[in-house]
Amino acid sequence: MLQDKDRIFTNLYGLQPWQLSAARKRGNWDGTKEIIAKGRDWIVNEMKDSGLRGRGGAGFPTGMKWSFMPKATPEKPGDGRPSYLVVNADESEPGTCKDRDIIRNDPHTLVEGCLLTGVGLGAHAGYIYIRGEYVNEAKVLQAAIDEAYAAGLIGKNACGSGWDFDLYLHRGAGAYICGEETALLESLEGKKGQPRLKPPFPAACGLYGCPTTVNNVETIAVVPTILRRGAAWFAGFGRPKNSGTKIFCIQGHVNQPCNVEEAMSIPLKELVEKHAGGVRGGWDNLLAVIPGGSSTPCIPKSVCDTVLMDFDALRDAKSGLGTAAVIVMDKSTDIIYAIARLSQFYKHESCGQCTPCREGLGWVWRVMLRMVQGRASIEEIDTLEEVTRGIEGHTICALADGAAWPVQGLIRHFRPEMEARIKAYKSGALRQAAE
Amino acid sequence: MSAPTGNAVPRPAIFAFNEANLAKAKQIIGKYPAGRQASAVLPLLDLAQRQHDNWLPRAAMDYVAGLLDMAPIRVYEVATFYTMFNLQPIGKWFFQVCTTTPCWLRGSDAVVKTCESKLGIHMRESTADGLFSLREVECLGCCVNAPVIQVNDDVYEDLDAQSTAKLIDACRAGNPPPVGSLGGRKHSGPASGLTSLTQVPAAGDE
Repeated sequence: MLQDKDRIFTNLYGLQPWQLSAARKRGNWDGTKEIIAKGRDWIVNEMKDSGLRGRGGAGFPTGMKWSFMPKATPEKPGDGRPSYLVVNADESEPGTCKDRDIIRNDPHTLVEGCLLTGVGLGAHAGYIYIRGEYVNEAKVLQAAIDEAYAAGLIGKNACGSGWDFDLYLHRGAGAYICGEETALLESLEGKKGQPRLKPPFPAACGLYGCPTTVNNVETIAVVPTILRRGAAWFAGFGRPKNSGTKIFCIQGHVNQPCNVEEAMSIPLKELVEKHAGGVRGGWDNLLAVIPGGSSTPCIPKSVCDTVLMDFDALRDAKSGLGTAAVIVMDKSTDIIYAIARLSQFYKHESCGQCTPCREGLGWVWRVMLRMVQGRASIEEIDTLEEVTRGIEGHTICALADGAAWPVQGLIRHFRPEMEARIKAYKSGALRQAAE
Repeated sequence: MSAPTGNAVPRPAIFAFNEANLAKAKQIIGKYPAGRQASAVLPLLDLAQRQHDNWLPRAAMDYVAGLLDMAPIRVYEVATFYTMFNLQPIGKWFFQVCTTTPCWLRGSDAVVKTCESKLGIHMRESTADGLFSLREVECLGCCVNAPVIQVNDDVYEDLDAQSTAKLIDACRAGNPPPVGSLGGRKHSGPASGLTSLTQVPAAGDE
């Protein structure tokens, strides 16, 4: 189990004040100037060596992503476009509530991370896009940014390093799709949040047509500690290529739902039993777990018994780590409804740009509702599966993929339940007809 | 017994920011590079909504369009795309009940039932006295504290039927409880006692 001395978010539960003076005592903003002095290349290489993979769900290596940003050299001067850092705080994936705790309880990890990332990207300005519903969280974060400005930690000559860095907070207004990085950029430019076709990727043409890197809150907030304690320290947790610590959001049918920072690659069973008080009614009462937020397919108890919580282990189990939102369902759960409710979510949040998503997800939801009642034929399960395959991968962004996967996971692991529901409805209907 | 909505509602012909909000608006526009003032459309619509009893008449959208030098249609597009803009009047206490799977697993059905029966209205309706509006919303991002309701700006967490009923009574009395968990826990640690961060020195120590 991860020890407290190795936890990055030491105020995750808000037991201490979030303000700068307390944050400094927790080690934030310690030696920031010296880290900046080591330079852009050192920072990017250190991030590469740390093995950090993006914490927003896709798990792309962070250091590599940063290295895509253009770099002006005497031989190859830039074209004059500024570079931007954009932080994705549009936390909306059902099950996920980790960034919220960073923002309201440990905001200076994020503010300092923005500055250091800015240096790593060659960016002098950053925007944090926070979901509109986080009104109180945004107030805390804005106050933390104001504190950092007042203390000279960001702004002109940030921390006395000679690097200028401005940081702005931008509130969204309620749209899951704005968590998709190019939809987020559209929204930040004052438009509907509809994803852009890629390429060009944001590193070439992002915010206002300028080179931009979009990173998740947790990704940015762990940067200062990694740079202070060293890539090797961070890479020491978890299995190779899955390194580091991670905030897990454990919820649903557990005795003590909670957020907790743990080492990557911790067994799921250990995570649930150590921190969340175990499954309601005991481990044997477990039905299934959605291991990484609503977009990841559920895994049945037989897989949960042994699976490790990291990118590769969950991928091998045909699911994913996603945002590490662990949604636990015990045997009392109507799992068909649990997934159907997610289909409703995705139908509601489709931006409407691509036909397979706009039309397909409504169709999937309606069929799923019939599956909940059993008012369907067995063959329709195959049709449903086939349609989700037709939706997946045929749209501009990954929202439709994320909508298709939970249904596919349901069919993969719980087809007998679906068939039983259909048979029960048929026999019930027949009985009713006979009476 | 729901309140009048739609075309029955009188809509103002003119909207303008008050002095304080105009100053705020200018500060917000200043966050974005010159010529990129359209970026301020979400925060300005939010500001307009707050000034106008928490809903956005078309006059306010037109005003924001003028302020940002945007075509009005671009502002209407934005105002209708994002769910937090209310294009109809809403009650003083806007109950947004999350029913997405994480909240549903923890009993959001009981929360919904309590709201509907106690307020005597269904989802997407308002009480005739204009005090309450009720809406089902998608994930509010507070899932380890499920089930939750957002009332205006504040999220109330760890709810059940009883605490939901109490919350409604408190709002009706004009005295809502402090934001956060109504189940007695602070933030998102395990309610039965911490399993981590027990060895962290207090920020006051040195």
